[in-house]
Formats: sequence, C-alpha cells, structure tokens
Amino acid sequence: MVAADSRASMGGYISSQSVKKIIEINPYMLGTMAGGAADCQFWHRNLGIKCRLHALANKRRISVSGASKLLANMLYSYRGMGLSVGTMIAGWDETGPGLYYVDNEGGRLKGDRFSVGSGSPYAYGVLDSGYKYDMSVEETSELARRSIYHATFRDGASGGVASVYHVGPEGWTKLSGDDVEELHYHYYPVAPAIAEQVMEEATAE
Amino acid sequence: MARYDRAITVFSPDGHLFQVEYALEAVRKGNATVGVRGTDTVVLAVEKKSTPKLQDSRSARKIVSLDNHIALACAGLKADARVLINKARIECQSHRLTLEDPVTVEYITRYIAGLQQKYTQSGGVRPFGLSTLIVGFDPYSRLPSLYQTDPSGTFSAWKANATGRNSNSIREFLEKNYKESSGQETIKLAIRALLEVVESGGKNIEVAVMTREETGLRQLEEAEIDAIVAEIEAEKAAAEAAKKGPPKET
Repeated sequence: MVAADSRASMGGYISSQSVKKIIEINPYMLGTMAGGAADCQFWHRNLGIKCRLHALANKRRISVSGASKLLANMLYSYRGMGLSVGTMIAGWDETGPGLYYVDNEGGRLKGDRFSVGSGSPYAYGVLDSGYKYDMSVEETSELARRSIYHATFRDGASGGVASVYHVGPEGWTKLSGDDVEELHYHYYPVAPAIAEQVMEEATAE
Repeated sequence: MARYDRAITVFSPDGHLFQVEYALEAVRKGNATVGVRGTDTVVLAVEKKSTPKLQDSRSARKIVSLDNHIALACAGLKADARVLINKARIECQSHRLTLEDPVTVEYITRYIAGLQQKYTQSGGVRPFGLSTLIVGFDPYSRLPSLYQTDPSGTFSAWKANATGRNSNSIREFLEKNYKESSGQETIKLAIRALLEVVESGGKNIEVAVMTREETGLRQLEEAEIDAIVAEIEAEKAAAEAAKKGPPKET
C-alpha cells in the first residue's frame, strides 16, 4: 500500500496543493516523491526508462530489488552534488511484493513499512501503532490514509490530497484520493452546538 | 582475395570477413564438444586428448563454471577461452551486484557473444578463435537452456549441439537420435554422440552435468564415465544382435 500527500512548498509559501507524489514507474511499480520535486520526478522517469530497457533486453520484467538498486547506484554516483531524493520503490515481482527505501546519499533499505518526508515522524506514529503484517487490503488502505492525514495535520509542509494506491500481483491501482481538510471532519465530526442565544434577523423599520 | 584478410575491419568485395572465417577454421580444429539439454539436466561432454602422465589433469579442465548455475565448454583456442571466461565470470558477479539477481543463461550468452562481436569490429585486434556451448538453469524459473556462440558473435539456443572437430557428424547423430530426456538418459545421449567421433573410454572424454535440483557443476569421475560407456556398448551390441534377427528356422 502506498500513500502520499500532495503539497509542495517553497519555504513558507505553498506552491501547489495538487502535486502527484506517487509516480507510476510502470504498471506494476510505484515510486514516491519526497525532497526535491524535480529531482524525484526526473530520476523516477529515468528509472522507468532503465526498467523498460531491461525488460526489452532480457524478455522479463526487472525485479523490485533490481530497480531500486539501479536507482540507488545512480543517486550514489551524484552523491555530494546536492540531489535531494527520499523515495520508496514499491512493486510486485516473481518473488512477491517488494518495498525499498532509497535516498540521495545512495542508501537503500528493504522493509515492510516506511514513512518518508517532513511529515514522516507523525505518519510513523500512526503507522507503527496500527500496523500488523497480516492486515486486509481495506484495513491497510485506511491505515495509510490516516497516517497521511495525521502528518498533514501537524506538519505545515504536508497537505492537499491524501492519495492511496494498492500494489498487487497484477499491478497497482489507485484506491482513493481524499482532501485532507474533508478527512479532518470525517475523523473528527463537529457535533451541532446548541446555541443559548440566537441572533434574530433585524426587521426593516 | 589475399589483400582482404589483413585487417579485420575490412569486408572483401563479396561480403566476407575473412578473419572471422579463419577463426571458424580454428574452431573446426578444436576438440569435439557436445552439449545436450534435458528436462531437468544439462550435459556438456568434451573430447580429451590423452593427458601426459606428469600433467595434473585437474588444471586442464575443459568444462568450467561461470557461476553456480551456468557452465561453459568451448572448442578452439584455449588461451582465448581463458580471457573470455574470466570476463564472463566477472559479468556474472557484476550482474548479481547491480541487479541483485543471478544472470539468466541467455543474458550471459548475449554478453559473451557481444564480446566476440566487438573483436570483429575493432581496429588491430583479431576475433576470439573459439565457439562456446553454454548450459545452465535460469534463476527462479529454473528452466534449462543450451546456447552456442561463435567467433562472429552470433548466438542461438539449442536442444542439443556440437562444435569443434567433426561437429557436423555429431550434429547429424543428435538430429537422428534426440528426444526429450531427463537425468541419466540425457547424459547417455551426450556421451553416445561424442563416442561417434572419439575413441571410446573414460579417459578420452570429459563430462560435466548440471541438474535443476543441485547447485553447481558436477564433473563425472572417469570410473562413472567408463560405466556409462560400457552400458552404451552393451546397448549397441544388443541392437546389432536384434537387427541380425533371431536365427531363422529352415
């Protein structure tokens, strides 16, 4: 399950509330964007090209571990030159589901759950407390959505729309995309208040 | 024509690359080599010229592994083979490092063929004087494969093939006698094919086997080979006797 918000900020200015942070590398692999938007977009597209070339040359899809390694090695070769990329590569291959964290220092980690970005600590809190290895798809997508929502609630650089994608053996599908402001009232509905004094409309005199 | 075989980069007027053709001649002088693909076993068998008594035969192995799941045998210039094999072994490990997966047989064959082709299109170098037979099982799918490359850099997949001395007659034999087989049958077919052109006996043949279940290449001991050769001879004798027919009643 992959989820992300959609806010881009330039310092204190919110430059966009509708950024696609989940990048579709190919029909069975997704990448997430955190850090520099341009760097993430460019290198994910570049990774997509490499994956396609691999499939053409070898007549079989590249594995998730292979794809994440290609990206990590590429980023490592630019180490120290100011790239800013914190991404997760999620996909499905012959060995089953795969999730890797890759960053601009060339680090690459395999794991069952990750949270990346400025709002990641908040998301981790919700994610870690709600996670079980054998959750159903519905439970997991709700957990992912809630994690993003809580990150957007507290972190100023996160907001916009919480998108949730599911990656299965047949590829990925988008499950939901909810505006986090609306999600807030969904999770914390406001009970109608009983007013003690009601203002009346002034009658024209 | 004599002027067109000096530098490899030059085509002759009738479209020949003479150096490549001469390399193929070198291959034709090399040891007879046979490869057979079974459903769960792949076999390589190479003719062994008599080893000098003082030579350590283990240092002169003709069938080598490129990785745990891939083996190679070749016919032609053995020194060229060493260079090609070393580069291929490095590529197998490099692929494991960057792609986190072992190579497929087709990938490493393509790599070796690519190397051979490069040396037909560069200045001042000559082609590698060898053809290779590459066998192995792909990772994950565990499908068996047999490929052949030649000095021109072309490669193709085969169910059974031969290269080196008398490869045409061995191939004819294989075409007549090939059927889908597994385990011991595959090994027998490879040895039978090689025995068409090689003096029979365990000390004249080197055989190596790779199966889907075990990892690694298994070199057969001389005694094992002798036993199989004896079986084959017995089968041949029985077939001869059957052909002559039961004694006729007069």
